[in-house]
Amino acid sequence: MPSIRLISVTKRFKDNVALDRASLNVRSGEYVCVLGPTGSGKTTLLRVIAGLTQPDSGQLLIDGKSVDEMGPEDRGTAYVPQQYALFPHLTVLQNVAFSPLAKGYKKAEAFEIARKVLQTVKLAHREGAFPSELSGGMQQRVTLARGIASGARLLLLDEPLGALDARLRMELRTELRRIAKDLSLTAIHVTHDQKEAMSIADTIVVLKDGNIQQTGSPFHLYQDPASIFVSSFVGGSNFLPGVVVGIEGTNSLVELRDGIRIRVHQRSHRRGEPVILSVRQELTILRNHADEKENAIPGEIRGTSFVGDAIEYDVELDNRETVKCKVPSYYVSEGSLPFQTGERVFVTIDPHDCNLYSEPPLGLAKELEAF
Amino acid sequence: MRCRCGLLRTLEKYSSSKRIALTIYVSSVIFFVAIIFLPPLLGILMKWPSLFQMFETPDLLARAQSAIVASFAIALAISVLDLIAALPLAWFIARQTSKKYASVIDTLADIPFIIPTVALGYSVLLFWGREGAGAFTGNALVSPGWLLIVLLHFAFSYPVVVRVMVGALQDYERTLETAARTLGASPLTAVRTVSLSVLKPALVSSFLLAFSRSLSETGATVMVAGVFENGTVFIKNASDAGLVSPLVFVSFVLIATSTLMFMIIRILGPRLRIPVSKVWPHLEQKLSDRGAVRTRDLLTIAVFAFFVLVPSLFVALPGGRALTDGTVGQAISGFGVWSTYWGSVALSYSVAICATLLNILVGLPLAILIARRRIGSAACTILDAAVNIPIVIPSIAVGVSLRLFWGGYTGIPEFWLLVLAHLTVTNAYFVRSMISAFERIPPELEEVARTLGAKPLTVFRKVTIPLAKYSMISGAVMAFTRSVDETGATLAVSKELKTAPVLLVEWVKATVPTSPSTIGLGVSVLLLTSFASLLVFKLAARRSF
Repeated sequence: MPSIRLISVTKRFKDNVALDRASLNVRSGEYVCVLGPTGSGKTTLLRVIAGLTQPDSGQLLIDGKSVDEMGPEDRGTAYVPQQYALFPHLTVLQNVAFSPLAKGYKKAEAFEIARKVLQTVKLAHREGAFPSELSGGMQQRVTLARGIASGARLLLLDEPLGALDARLRMELRTELRRIAKDLSLTAIHVTHDQKEAMSIADTIVVLKDGNIQQTGSPFHLYQDPASIFVSSFVGGSNFLPGVVVGIEGTNSLVELRDGIRIRVHQRSHRRGEPVILSVRQELTILRNHADEKENAIPGEIRGTSFVGDAIEYDVELDNRETVKCKVPSYYVSEGSLPFQTGERVFVTIDPHDCNLYSEPPLGLAKELEAF
Repeated sequence: MRCRCGLLRTLEKYSSSKRIALTIYVSSVIFFVAIIFLPPLLGILMKWPSLFQMFETPDLLARAQSAIVASFAIALAISVLDLIAALPLAWFIARQTSKKYASVIDTLADIPFIIPTVALGYSVLLFWGREGAGAFTGNALVSPGWLLIVLLHFAFSYPVVVRVMVGALQDYERTLETAARTLGASPLTAVRTVSLSVLKPALVSSFLLAFSRSLSETGATVMVAGVFENGTVFIKNASDAGLVSPLVFVSFVLIATSTLMFMIIRILGPRLRIPVSKVWPHLEQKLSDRGAVRTRDLLTIAVFAFFVLVPSLFVALPGGRALTDGTVGQAISGFGVWSTYWGSVALSYSVAICATLLNILVGLPLAILIARRRIGSAACTILDAAVNIPIVIPSIAVGVSLRLFWGGYTGIPEFWLLVLAHLTVTNAYFVRSMISAFERIPPELEEVARTLGAKPLTVFRKVTIPLAKYSMISGAVMAFTRSVDETGATLAVSKELKTAPVLLVEWVKATVPTSPSTIGLGVSVLLLTSFASLLVFKLAARRSF
């Protein structure tokens, strides 16, 4: 099981910085998801590790050895691009046997290896089919089998489930993890789907504009996002600009627009410093009345959407800011929604559920514009 | 247990070296520039002073000018006629609901495409002469001259346009047309305003191919020209008369003008707007009726049959006659004019084999370089344009320039001069075909193969070539048949050696006294050997992959 270490790797494409001094440690046997929006540098990161893109600077170590001078064929990685890239002129068996044959194994031996791996991915019965005759899910499994048959201990998966429908995606993502763990492979799985990353990763790496924003377990990223971007991209949050007007013990008092004051259980910024207050949408609570004035902001429901497991309310606060509140739908029946559009409400926030961030240099809108 | 022969393993090992890859690419570019691209341009420039001697002989200058104008006028007329007449046939083939019917027409449309143009020239000459369409009147319906040149050029360039347009129509996303129909457009309006605009690149390249084929053709044109002179016939006549200055002048003008026109069409073609805004709903609806469509289809097939297919195959008549009048016996025994014929056929095929092999050797790295943009986008675009230029330059002008260029190097045997000339004329056919093949292969396939442990040579052998093999075969076949068929450059380059097409031109022009059945048999043999070699090529290629 190989371990990977990226040390300050930079890659530019003309004026575009795809990777900016990215440093990363991947332990052997770990299942890592690289999460980020389109154009954040995820694929470049994967291609650099695979040896398909040469970095401008920095160093890459696999199992502690520098592989900068090593061609892609000698790195022991199996790269799975977005569109699978199955060889259309070869059958399933020939595709899976491609690597053993390329490495000089006899045909019979290569096919034996391929057949064993096809059994692992439950596709032995389709060994004579051509890729065009397979469904998307089957093609995905053949791609995986081809990578495994190569003997590579490191799987590099570039949006491997991107071309599949939602249900199949859910099924296959757990299967991907199971196979990687059963065979003790190290896997780096690139995705822009935060739910996918949260459900299968040991560790998530969040990328934005070529910068690694945060690395940690899904739980850690959700509970303690290091930046406004991570907070927004992983889970979804409301952001309210304000100024720290007081510090009381371990709490900060933040004044929002129009003098609305919110108590936050965090002491990270100085008095007078402009900040962004963040709270998860599902922890932004709606009430018909406020028991206490503190941390309760009056507003009006502007829109309602039913998204299956929750109802999302768009609320315009009296200070003209807008927030989104998620209310679980399991106790609600059709026709008896807890709140109606146009209804006056109070948005309440628990001081322990908030996070404070420094105001981004280019403003909040710029920080969130990827969405 | 691992196996693999030592040489292959060594080659594969070295294929990983960036230095070796670079050496192969650089060598192919140097070979292309120094041997294929520059000599046809530099040869003429080396004779720069003799260019101006033309202005001292006003009569010759006037003759040269009218020949050049005739070349461009005929090429322009042919390209326009081809688009008008061949587009409906391409449409008929691509949109015919009966696949079997469409396939028959499709195959028939290819026949003139694979007939050597000298054979086609003689066939057209016979068809429009006393023995063909003029049989009822006892006189030739069309005598040798400009009209017969037009009919000949129409016959051989028509299938080129059909081929390109059928391919484009089959790739074309018809949902756009359907969307226009659902928005109230009649079928004709939808095709005119939507489909033709989308298919513009194919229309431009069809136009360019027909134009350059017409401008370049020499052997068959000489057969049917009579006393009329276009550019290529003028060069041939000047060459026969040993006049250097007119030869250089017309070659220079043809090379410069066709290159300039090619560049202009390449740059302006994509920006050209097809006038589509005006719609005549009632008229176009009427023209879209079943009756109107059926009339159009019948007219299209009639034009194809009468002006392309039958004139192309008419040579079978004297060829068949030769079987009964004893000509075959003379041919087999090598009697009289046949004494040189078989040697010429062998020479034609030897030159074609050498030129095709060199094309594959040099063309493959060049095509990869261009398709994969290995040396930067701008440099690849320039190289791409440079590859195309030899297609549009009249081949006899290429030959003249090559003779002037390589003529100084007396050590080069004439056979190899012929190979170099044929290489220049045919290179673009192979390289173009391979560029589009490589562009169609997603780079991810090769990248994934590398990460699976395959060395670059293995990736090339096991992934790239199998996926590009049909284009490789068709590119090689195109280069090969074009070489066997080549007359213009061969006439200009060779002094002693005569390839089969050149010999047949001499027979037809009665430089060597022969009977019609002798010429018919000579042409038919070339035709049959062309078909046979195509078959051998395809079988050999199928077995080798």
